[in-house]
Amino acid sequence: MTGRGAAGRATAGRREGASQSRTGWRDRYNAWLMHHRLSAADSMNRVLDNPVSSAMTWLVIGIALALPTGLNVALDNVSQLSASWDSPAQISLFLQDGISEDRARQLREEVAAREDVAQTLFVSRDEALEEFRALSGFADVLASLEHNPLPHLILVSPVGSSPQSAAVALRAELAGYPDVAQAVLDMEWLQRLNSLMELSRRLVLAVGGLLVVGVVLILGNTIRLAIESRRDEIVIVKLVGGSNAFVRRPFLYTGLWYGVGGGLFAALLVAASLWLLRQPISELATLYQSEFRLRGLGVMGGLNLIILGGLLGLAGSWLAVARHLVEIQPR
Amino acid sequence: MISFDRVSKRFAQGHDALREVSVDIGKDELVFITGHSGAGKTTLLRMIMLMERPSRGQVTIDGQNLAAIGPRGIPRHRRNIGVVFQNHRLLMDRTVFDNVALPLIIAGYDQREVGRRVRAALDKVGLLKRERAMPVTLSGGEQQRVGIARAVVGKPKIILADEPTGNLDPALSAEIMQLFEEFNQVGVTVLIASHDLALISRLRHRIITLREGRLVAGSKA
Repeated sequence: MTGRGAAGRATAGRREGASQSRTGWRDRYNAWLMHHRLSAADSMNRVLDNPVSSAMTWLVIGIALALPTGLNVALDNVSQLSASWDSPAQISLFLQDGISEDRARQLREEVAAREDVAQTLFVSRDEALEEFRALSGFADVLASLEHNPLPHLILVSPVGSSPQSAAVALRAELAGYPDVAQAVLDMEWLQRLNSLMELSRRLVLAVGGLLVVGVVLILGNTIRLAIESRRDEIVIVKLVGGSNAFVRRPFLYTGLWYGVGGGLFAALLVAASLWLLRQPISELATLYQSEFRLRGLGVMGGLNLIILGGLLGLAGSWLAVARHLVEIQPR
Repeated sequence: MISFDRVSKRFAQGHDALREVSVDIGKDELVFITGHSGAGKTTLLRMIMLMERPSRGQVTIDGQNLAAIGPRGIPRHRRNIGVVFQNHRLLMDRTVFDNVALPLIIAGYDQREVGRRVRAALDKVGLLKRERAMPVTLSGGEQQRVGIARAVVGKPKIILADEPTGNLDPALSAEIMQLFEEFNQVGVTVLIASHDLALISRLRHRIITLREGRLVAGSKA
């Protein structure tokens, strides 16, 4: 009798031990993980249950994200194109007055022998005057001059692959030659292009920033409506002991799915527009004898866009949840 | 188990819902709270749930002073209390099973344990065969029993019920009360607010009577 009683107590004790271990961190972690899985699946089902309105949300987010992304891709392509124009920068060497044509030709040989020089072209003062007379329309004025005011000129092209800074250094060195009066690096238009590009980049950044804020607000509003439509449910969950984190979770996942879907739509939109442009651009490039090929978003770019969408979705839903979930209390 | 010590509640509008209420309810008791509507029955229950805080006085549950529980502690506190509402408060877009499982999902039980406990609770209220049904397809009495199954599935120490038989006919009401008595017999403290005096006076349990926020009868067991 006493033996059975002791055995009964032992089993009771064990059962109690088992039920106590349920509150251990491992079990709590498992429960937390499971609720995450349930919330993710449940939110996904809710999003997919309303395909039309969900697709609308995705499309709105997709367009808002595709706009700055598309502009950025376009800028990347332009800068890729202009990078190939960087090297044909030309240095014009105006020689000192009174240097003989022979000495000038000799200097041209010297410069052409340099390793960082790809090509040189000698324009004698007579040729220059002839050209100027033909092109400028000042033939009469020029004829009235007593002597040719133009110096000998050597046009120097730096080695093709050299960066701009090398061209600048080369110009400085060539300017140091005693026979050279002036060395001019003709890069102004490139600098203009570059600053124009920088300006566009900033504009894209500003527009992108505004649209990102817009996406967060759109998602915040969508989630607010979702919260509103499930108000009764939230009250009940809170009444039976659901924590704020528990109530929050499905809405955060809803935001995440909207954001990820929006990012996916954006990537598809950008890819589709590039696909549309590819044919005419390659035709254009062929006409200009260019090897230029339109560069797309790439797999990583697409993934980044989807991740960005997901993060914005989380941010938007967090915004809505923080503002509205605390307000909903059992009454 | 439940102890009110000179508890008063004055709402912002100046209305006194409870005035100097002191009462002790033991662990094995089933107690009815009665009184006209507006007498403070619901406020009393809401204080135990921490849906309301007293303006003065102290509420102690299972040795824990409720004033010491902050907003973050409320969910954990509520998980130890099963509640049955007059209007059931079921999730209408979920099955009976999912409704009953909710407190267990919140508490983080694993799936097998959830299934086992939910079926045990549904069996107890006689709805085992309706676990896949949606609440709208159930009668009022059945919905109330789903609510009761949800209240007891987490094996709480305390069950609160606010007018659990409010919308039910006498036969169903008696059945529901019998369910509460059965839970009480296995050691659960049960507190039922009801104005169905005819029903509760037949049941031979302590009756606490409130009138305009004052406790007028039943303060001692």
